[in-house]
Amino acid sequence: MKPKNQRLVLALLALVAIIGAGFLALAGLRDNAALFRTPAELAANPVEPGRDIRLGGMVAANSIREASDGVTIDFIVEEGEARVPVRFTGIAPDLFRESSGVVAEGAFDRRGTFIAHTILAKHDENYMPPQMADMETRDERLQRTLER
Amino acid sequence: MIAELGLAALWLAAALAGLQLLFAVRAVRGDPEGSGVRAIAVVQGLLAAIAFTMLILLFLATDLSVELVAANSHTAKPWLYKLAGAWGNHEGSMLLWVTVLALAGALVAIVERNLPERTLVATLGAQAAIALGFYAFLLIASNPFERLSLAPAEGQGLNPLLQDPGLAFHPPTLYFGYVGMSVAFSFAVGALITRDVGAAFARAMRPWVLMSWIFLTLGITAGSYWAYYELGWGGWWFWDPVENASLMPWLAATALLHSVAVLATRDALRAWTIMLAVVAFSMSMVGTFLVRSGILTSVHAFAVDPQRGAFILGLLVLYIGGALALFGWRIGSVREGARFDPVSREGALVANNLLLSAILGIVLVGTLYPLGVEAVTGEKLSVGPPYFNSTAGPLALILVAIMAAGPLLKWRRDEWRALIDRLALPVLILALALAAMLLLAGPTGILPLLGLTLAAGVAAAALAPLWGRNLRRTPMFTWGMAIAHFGIAVALAGMAFESAYTKETLVAARPGETHRVGPWAVTFQGVEPVAGPNWTAVEARLTANRGGAPIALAPQARTFPTPLTETSEAAIATRWNGQLYTVLGNRDASGRWQLRLWWKPFVTLIWFGGCLIALGGLLSLFGRARRAKRVRLREAYA
Repeated sequence: MKPKNQRLVLALLALVAIIGAGFLALAGLRDNAALFRTPAELAANPVEPGRDIRLGGMVAANSIREASDGVTIDFIVEEGEARVPVRFTGIAPDLFRESSGVVAEGAFDRRGTFIAHTILAKHDENYMPPQMADMETRDERLQRTLER
Repeated sequence: MIAELGLAALWLAAALAGLQLLFAVRAVRGDPEGSGVRAIAVVQGLLAAIAFTMLILLFLATDLSVELVAANSHTAKPWLYKLAGAWGNHEGSMLLWVTVLALAGALVAIVERNLPERTLVATLGAQAAIALGFYAFLLIASNPFERLSLAPAEGQGLNPLLQDPGLAFHPPTLYFGYVGMSVAFSFAVGALITRDVGAAFARAMRPWVLMSWIFLTLGITAGSYWAYYELGWGGWWFWDPVENASLMPWLAATALLHSVAVLATRDALRAWTIMLAVVAFSMSMVGTFLVRSGILTSVHAFAVDPQRGAFILGLLVLYIGGALALFGWRIGSVREGARFDPVSREGALVANNLLLSAILGIVLVGTLYPLGVEAVTGEKLSVGPPYFNSTAGPLALILVAIMAAGPLLKWRRDEWRALIDRLALPVLILALALAAMLLLAGPTGILPLLGLTLAAGVAAAALAPLWGRNLRRTPMFTWGMAIAHFGIAVALAGMAFESAYTKETLVAARPGETHRVGPWAVTFQGVEPVAGPNWTAVEARLTANRGGAPIALAPQARTFPTPLTETSEAAIATRWNGQLYTVLGNRDASGRWQLRLWWKPFVTLIWFGGCLIALGGLLSLFGRARRAKRVRLREAYA
């Protein structure tokens, strides 16, 4: 390398590193970004099994079933007519209840059951996953319409 | 009265910052000597400190006629959390931010004697410009001293998740780190304005970069441990945007720390160091923006107020844009620094910088991508550990390998052959570790295997610069480098152990049952109700046994009445070779209790490594300060 060009070479190296990182990031995002889907969206546009998504909706009334091992639960996430069966093994958050909002992270298995590895429920009155905040406003809108 | 005093001090500090900027501009154009900018910076720092002290007094007295206190405190809180409540909210933490900034400016004005006066005055001017934006933000969009016309009978309390001694000091630690970056940035702007980019500038900037980096390291380490034991999920890093907000400035600061060393020692990498200072400050601004604007709804985001988000975004664009414009305009006229061979200490540090920048880019893209996509298409998605681990992980391993070789290279020019000789012993240790892993530990994933063997080799290489030296005469900053690099190897070993050998048991247990996890037999005795100062809880009684004396663990499920919240308190037993981590879950219909048990071998090495890294930084800081003092004394006597 000619010493005269050292500054140029360093600048080019930096550019290559940044562009390389950009490509790596985009490739990673294509494979790994988890989409947020509601049951109605899934009914219209199913997601292939094994792909990580976040499923958001309401826990259907009377749908939570405890398995005999005591740590697995099955429940239905619904939105209007659309329903998705979910299985979760682990400790559900304290505020995970029937007829309230939930976001589950995981993927569908081959039989169409959503296997969740994480469940997010409303944490306290100030905290909720951003997507759920939107669902909440949708509910409130619905409620207002009903009251009127 | 106290609130009004605080507000008055804040207005005065803002006015002085304006004055400081004005005087600095005039002094840089004319005569920098005796311009009074130093004195103004000191007074501005004092005023900001007074304003913040007033806020602390309000919180300690729980003055509910002040809106901020009423919204975030409660008379029944322990005093430590009343104190921490002063910065455990949006307005208070912004006031803390600007106070630290102003005090740092005052410190620069008092102690810095080696930099040319013109560059120093320009630096203080830049510092005032940054402070001015934040004063405006406080006074216009988030006044912490706002009074309520009608004081409520009781305050609303602090988010119980934040009620933890570690967390009381977590935000200030990170802010010291962020603000240190702003000082480095101001130095860079000052040097660009006077075109005086050289070794003297690097030596003036280095202690600030080091200090800020130490605080960021400690903040990240403490934050990681907090998330580990407080959230009860057993993980130590979640790639949560808020965690990334502290990691990104750290990555940039690490790169800057190394490039500033090249600039101070060899007067090379001038433009690159300036650029990194701009990037590092931008990342701390992005961090502040992500956490403070309410753009991420999480425990950390208290403000869900679009005006504030827009204001911080405006400041972000103004400062970063301004700095980049200044960089583009002036950098052409900064002379090129000294040259070096590709195989040299400088070359290795360039590789370090490029890899750190690439990792930074990857983390930045992953953190901002969901926000960008949602803003443009409305599609909601989340980017989690699979993305970050698969992209940043391999780059980090390469970086660690280069870290092993770098310190063994000579400045300016070296030979491959000599490097290979010096690396022989570390490579031998690496090979032995690999063999031991394959023979003794059984099959694991490829990444943990790579991580563990690399950690062994790097640990040996990190200490290599100390071999064959008289250890008592080795400069303290060489010790600092060796210990910090060794800390990286230790943390890496902890991460690899945790991901490869963690054992997990999830059961629903009846009282009297015993369940195994790793080498432990854990017996569930039953649950009992307990009460704390402002919470009640269900507490499980567990006895864990692995052949010695049994240990008692008591994980809790807590309920806080104000605001109504339920949290899970994990019980953790630390042994020399790992941690037993237990969580109490819910009761099922048949009266069994869910228990989650983890045995995490050597997981503590992660945070121990983090502390070693910070300790290494501290030793370098003292070593440099001592040498600078000695040089000054020698010059004074000569």
